[in-house]
Formats: sequence, structure tokens, C-alpha cells
Amino acid sequence: MASATTAPPGTPALPPVAAQSFLGFTRAQAIALLLMIAALIVCPFFLYPQFLMKLLCFALFACAFNLLIGYVGLLSFGHAAYFGMGSYVAAHAAKVWGLTPELAILLGGASGAVLGLAFGWIAIRRQGIYFAMITLALAQMVYFFCLQAPFTHGEDGIQAIPRGHLLGLIDLRADMSLYWFIAGLFLAGFLLIHRIIHSPFGQVLTAIRENEPRATSLGYRTDDYKLVAFVLSAGIAGIAGGAKSIVVGIATLTDVHWTMSGEVVLMSLLGGLGTLFGPVLGAATIVSMQTYLAPFGAWVTVIQGCIFVLCVLAFRAGIVGEIGRMLRVRL
Amino acid sequence: MLEELLFQLEMSAPQIVLGLVNGAFYALLSLGLAVIFGMLNVINFAHGAQFMMGAFVAWMLLNWLGIPYWGALVLSPLIVGAFGVVLERTMISRLYKLDHLYGLLLTFGLALIIEGVFRNQFGSSGLPYSPPAALTGAPIDLGFMMLPKYRVWVVVAAMVICLATWLVIEKTRLGAYLRAATENAPLVQAFGVNVPRMITLTYAAGVALAALAGVLAAPIYSVNPGMGSSFIITVFAVVVIGGMGSILGSVITGFGLGLVEGLTKVVYPEASATVIFVIMAIVLLARPAGLFGRA
Repeated sequence: MASATTAPPGTPALPPVAAQSFLGFTRAQAIALLLMIAALIVCPFFLYPQFLMKLLCFALFACAFNLLIGYVGLLSFGHAAYFGMGSYVAAHAAKVWGLTPELAILLGGASGAVLGLAFGWIAIRRQGIYFAMITLALAQMVYFFCLQAPFTHGEDGIQAIPRGHLLGLIDLRADMSLYWFIAGLFLAGFLLIHRIIHSPFGQVLTAIRENEPRATSLGYRTDDYKLVAFVLSAGIAGIAGGAKSIVVGIATLTDVHWTMSGEVVLMSLLGGLGTLFGPVLGAATIVSMQTYLAPFGAWVTVIQGCIFVLCVLAFRAGIVGEIGRMLRVRL
Repeated sequence: MLEELLFQLEMSAPQIVLGLVNGAFYALLSLGLAVIFGMLNVINFAHGAQFMMGAFVAWMLLNWLGIPYWGALVLSPLIVGAFGVVLERTMISRLYKLDHLYGLLLTFGLALIIEGVFRNQFGSSGLPYSPPAALTGAPIDLGFMMLPKYRVWVVVAAMVICLATWLVIEKTRLGAYLRAATENAPLVQAFGVNVPRMITLTYAAGVALAALAGVLAAPIYSVNPGMGSSFIITVFAVVVIGGMGSILGSVITGFGLGLVEGLTKVVYPEASATVIFVIMAIVLLARPAGLFGRA
């Protein structure tokens, strides 16, 4: 296959080194980061915290997905598997084993990473479109597993998951306490992803995205790099899933269904593939849409499909990509 | 001993037939996917939705216009195929110069739209569609099992359709153009063949195959908006196992995997939903290009 990797169109060329400032953020990115942190602090006083927390979980999920598609050029169409497994494992750990929420979420992340290791090891044998189909098929296997495994309670899912006490000390039953915990978790995940992208390891990933044969000829074992990136992405997706189950209080089959895999693709695509803030904005848009358009039932699916078609045909750089192009900055 | 064996056969035969019926649909759908992919380099995610449309169009033809099964078998693929022409001309053809993944994303979006529209119109529960009178009568008695006529018809029809498609692609002049354009489109165009029109018609043919499978499926599975998406992901796995390089390969893989699935239902029912995905993983480890694929 000619194009093993996807360079997201509309990604501006790397700015010169002099433009790189604090911790690898360009000036525009630093401003956007400060705005985002300000929004994190202000929003809970105006918007429903439960909605914001759910939004942040999906934003982290989309960021994890974007790490693969945007920076390695791998389209995983089965990220619901890692998100859903993280969600189920964290739910089980918190409810049945009585673990504290941070341990439950970490365990969810670990299970996502282990699953990612197994599936990534299989899937990176093929590239491009086959990679997408394989990850989707493997995720469907996880769906059927979750449908039958006793600990997931099949169609019922795991319900009434306790929020517990953070570190065994801080009661998270109040929405605001949980909000600050989730906001911190999201920010940590976001910065971790930024750090991964801007590490020497991340630069090799970008090289693989741009031209894999050339990266190979430079002596990099590209499959190893891809696998590590896949495991990192799956692990963060698992953390996002675990956080989601603690926030919402239920873990269900929806979390592992293929429509969830499609949604995270849509969030990243709408926000802008390969941009730092795109997935966050995309997730915010899609989650708000789902929340406020919920009364319209199945029309939400139709609208999501239309956004998909529109993004692919006319709007491939996504919202943040387009803004970046207009302002001539990299976001 | 012999009696026990006969009893086993009696118990497992219906599952094996059901497996063959499923295999017939896997073969038809992966055949259409392979034909489209060969020519357009697009994985048609909307294939499942178009399969579902085929079934719904048959239902509408019967209930709104009174056109029976045999008419729907011809009309429904034509109608859905025409819909495919519109999709290809207005949207998919804009993506050929881009990365293949955008084709997958676009057709995924189309699948969501189609499924959502049908769900709004007809609800999520299935609509009944009875098989034609000629195929309903008493099941064929094989001694150890009763074989419903309609299931036999589906398997035979699918085999004939697959064989016909293979003959068209491998043995006719049109098929030769098609294969040549798959290898090197600009060269074929230089010989005066209208390649863009051929691409459009190939997509329409692949979509029509999906719709035809949908009509065949309508009396077996209840006609419902979700019937395609549950199939298509399994078909993706079938396509990965077979490799999309060979038409005959995808047909054999389709029937074979349906059979394996049916046998798993007898031996270890819990694994029947996942067995194809497990086989996919094993094939990828042993032979990443797929059983019939070229590396």
C-alpha cells in the first residue's frame, strides 16, 4: 500500500526552533493552554459539573486517539475497546474490590494498556486501511467478550459505582470535589501527551508518519515505536474510560460498542487531526451536541454522520486546524 | 457408537446449515467489498448500510407497491445501485487523490446517516418479510434433518452469484478492462477506455451486490436498521483473513468461515460470536497478507 501513513492535511510546517518556547509550547499554544486552564477553572461555576466532567473524560479519550492518528498516522477504528475495558475494570475495582477512585482509574488505564499491547502487536503487522479494519474487528471481539463475561453483567452493565474517597481521604461525593479531581486528571493526561509528542521519541513518531521507509532506513525499528505509541494511546484511553465510569457511575456495553470508536474518530476529525487542542474542542462539541440534542433520538446519529461527511469533504483540517491556518500559527 | 454419531449429526446439522447461510452472506458482502476496493481503493464502510437498504427496499416494494420477492430480487439491487452511483459521483469521487483512510471515514459517515434515517422512519425493531410461496412449502426431509427450502435457495443463489461475478471479472472483455484498470488506470485510459465511468459502475455493481444479499437476507433475518452494521464488522474480519487480492479467495473464505462459525456453535457455543476474530488474529500472526492476499 502506497500510503501507510496519513499526514493530516492542513498541518502547518514545523515552526523554526527559535519559535519554540517554554516546554515545547509555541507562543500560540501557550496562550491557548492558559485559556483552556482558565476555562477549566471558570466553567464549573456556570455549567453543570456532571456534564463538564463527562466532557473532560471524552476530551482525554480523543487526545489519546489523536496521539495515534495525528502523530503516528495510524487510524485505530477500535479505540472503544480500550476505553470500555478501562471503564469496566475501574468500575469493578471501585465497586467490588472497594479500591479508591485513583487506584481504580489507574487499574483501568493499565488494563487498557495491556489490551493495547496485545492488539497493537497483532495490528501493526498491516498498514493503512487494513490496520483500521483489524483494530475494528479486534474491538468487536472485546464487545462480544463484554457481552458474555460475568463481571460486566451483560446488558445491565455495572451500575451504582461508588465515587469513593480520593487517596482514601477526600470525599468525592460532592460534584465539585470530583470535578477538581477529574480536571486535574485531564490536565495531567493532556500535558503527558504533549510531552510524549515533543520528546525525541515523539519526533521519531512524526518521522514515521511522514515517511516510514525513510525512518526505517535511518535505523529506527519503526514497528517498536508504533507499538509503544499504541500502548500509550490505549493506556490513556483506558484511564479516560475509568474516569468516565467513576463520573457517570455506570459502565455499560455502549462504552465498548463500535459506535463509540466512531465517535472518538469524529471528535478528533472535527477538532482537527494532529493538532494539540483539536480533540478537546471536538469532544466538547460532540458531547454538547449529544447532551442538548438528546430529545431528537436517532437524528443525533444522522447529524453525526453529516458532520463526518462534511469534515471529510470540505473541512479536513478541522476547527482548530482551520483557526491555526487563518492565524498562521500552530495550535 | 454409530447411533451416537448419527445423533450428533442430527443435533449439529441445523447449525452447520445456518453456518453455511451466514457464510453465503459473508461471501457476497466480502466479494462486493473486494470488487470496490480493487477499483476505487476505498473500503466501503457503507456496505452494511446498503445491505440493509436492499432488504428495506424489498420490504417497501412488497408492502407499498405489491411487487413480490422475485421482482424485488431484480429491482432492489438496481435501485440501491443507482443510489450508489449518486454517492460515488457526488462524494466518493472527490477523495481518490487523498489518503485511502478518508474514503473509510466518508463511507462511515454515510453509513451513520443511512442507518439513522431508517431508524427514524421504521424504528429499531424488525419488520417481517415472508419468503416467496415457492420456497416456503414443507422442508426437504434428508432423513437425519429437515432442510428448509429457503435456506437451500440462499446458499445456492449466493454460490451462483459469486461464480457469475468471478466469470465476469476473469473471463470477459469487460472484466479484462476492469483488471487492467485496477493495475494501471492511466494506461487503460490512454487506450481510450472511459475509466471514471468504469469506476462509477464498479461501485454501483458492488453496492448492488450488497443490496442483492440484503434481499436474500430479508426473509431469514428480520428487516431492521441494525442488520447491516452487525454483519459488516465480521465481514471486515473475513476480508482481512482472505486478503482482498483474489475474488475466488474472498468467496471461499466467506463460506469457510461461516461453516467454522456454525461448527463452533455446536462444539463451544460461547465462542461462536468471537471465533472469526480469533481466526483473524491467528492468520495475521502466521500470514499477515491474508490467506489469498499478496504481500
